[in-house]
Amino acid sequence: MITLDDVTLTFPDGSSRVTAVDHVTLHGRAGVVTGITGPSGSGKSSILALAATLIRPDSGSVLIGGEDASALTPDEATTLRRERIGIVFQQSNLLASLTAREQLQVMGELGGSRRAAARTRVREGVDELLEAVGLSAHADKRPAQLSGGQRQRVAIARALVRSPQVLLVDEPTSALDQESGAAVMDLIARLTHERGTATLLVTHDLVHSPALDELVTVIDGRVAAAATAA
Amino acid sequence: MFVAWRDLRHARGRFILIGGVVALITVLVGFLAGLTGGLAAQNVSAVLDLPGDRLVLQKPAGGSASFSESALSPSEVDAWRQADGVRAAAPVGIAQTRATQKGASAGVALFGLPADAGDTALTRLAPASDTEVGLSAGAAKGLHAAVGDTVAILGADYRVASVGGDAWYSHTPVVALTPEAWAAADERMGGTGEPTVLAVSGDPDWDAVASRTGTSAQPALLSLTALETFRSEIGSLGLMVALLFGISALVVGAFFTVWTMQRSADIAVLKALGATQRSLVADALGQALVVLVAGIGAGMLVVLGLGALASGALPFLVAPLTTVVPAVAMALLGLAGAAVALRTVTTADPLTALGSNR
Repeated sequence: MITLDDVTLTFPDGSSRVTAVDHVTLHGRAGVVTGITGPSGSGKSSILALAATLIRPDSGSVLIGGEDASALTPDEATTLRRERIGIVFQQSNLLASLTAREQLQVMGELGGSRRAAARTRVREGVDELLEAVGLSAHADKRPAQLSGGQRQRVAIARALVRSPQVLLVDEPTSALDQESGAAVMDLIARLTHERGTATLLVTHDLVHSPALDELVTVIDGRVAAAATAA
Repeated sequence: MFVAWRDLRHARGRFILIGGVVALITVLVGFLAGLTGGLAAQNVSAVLDLPGDRLVLQKPAGGSASFSESALSPSEVDAWRQADGVRAAAPVGIAQTRATQKGASAGVALFGLPADAGDTALTRLAPASDTEVGLSAGAAKGLHAAVGDTVAILGADYRVASVGGDAWYSHTPVVALTPEAWAAADERMGGTGEPTVLAVSGDPDWDAVASRTGTSAQPALLSLTALETFRSEIGSLGLMVALLFGISALVVGAFFTVWTMQRSADIAVLKALGATQRSLVADALGQALVVLVAGIGAGMLVVLGLGALASGALPFLVAPLTTVVPAVAMALLGLAGAAVALRTVTTADPLTALGSNR
């Protein structure tokens, strides 16, 4: 469903360039949670940014549903992100003025040529997803009225409300306590399996690794190890 | 507008504040525009009501035409009357003095014009006899005079033949006389008795005839620059209105720039989620438009209310030119100011939404 094929990414560093991602190849399959772990600065977030089409690789390709995202213009990449990718950010990144329900509804208001259809699809999915993440009773609360775990669950629902093929999750438990973190990881795993999403999840915290179906370890921008859960 | 409406609701205190500032500026602009319009009407309404396609004034060599200095000789009047293409040329004398009626005294503008010069509110005041005057409403009010009363002007008595509508010249109400009676009054003031302006109708070669006769020929509106009091008054008040327009654009622009900068992290998140640049720009401009329309609308309501109250005591004009035009101008300038904030929208980097950058 999503493939990073021999992808390399470098950044300018003074007069030279530093390699953040070095010939990485990895696959995210439908209905599977693929964890990407590694020490700080190993290139995990850069891999996620490449998968999210927020940056283009220096070489290699990023294939999403068979389409080469690395060849797209910025506008085309925005459309691809809106139509096929859901993103859960490290800090939940909810909009302060919107209620939990509106955080999901906004996904139907992002513009583009198929806005009316998206709005209808989102409207139909909002209640179901709020129910799925256990927040029906908090649908009219704003982020400031929710706990950290609840905010992250809203963010997960927001990422899934347009039924994306790919779900990208960036350190979802970093701001949560152990119990809330475990609940969030279980929720991501459950929804991935139920909805058949190809999920790439960046984490440095292997306490929650039981929720992962596969685990890729990245060190110095390279894939050091890949394992499948028993 | 999905996020914009909810931001307006969520941060209503801030938006009420900026809307209030816009409303206050609108009150200032609207009131000043109404006052400017009212003063302008008291200055020039009689000139704008003169008959003819163009007004001919004497033009001194090396100088510019002036209503207060102009005196057209019989040869200049004849030259215009005989010029090819001229259908009619009505000489009009203008002078300012005082008039009295049973102890009431008022400054008035004497207009000497033929009764058959045309059909405007001003020409309808023109009396048929040299011993009669026509009073504009302002003059009748100032002199407490009605039809049949006797008015004294420069030592001569005139019977009030008619009282008409409003007609003003240089902030004094108009009293109309026959050309002959006007010439006699002007001579009593030490003048030549020659007409001030010629109201010409037709299609002559305006520039050629004007150049040949040492005169200027302008449409009534453009001829207003020959009225010194109008020029200085409109110049000062217009400058104030223009400054207020500038302040309005700056205030709105500054507010939305700061507001959008505060929202830049949210904008980056929306971009990362797939929001189009167009939808984000429409959201930002739509939000500014809502604030501007609400603020300007509230301000204009206050202006209309105050204007209705003040119009009895002040020269205040409520017309599209003094309400709709300033309101639209403020909205457009405010949007232009808000457009400065769009740079933050277009440059917000969605990549910053990842990691712990927020």
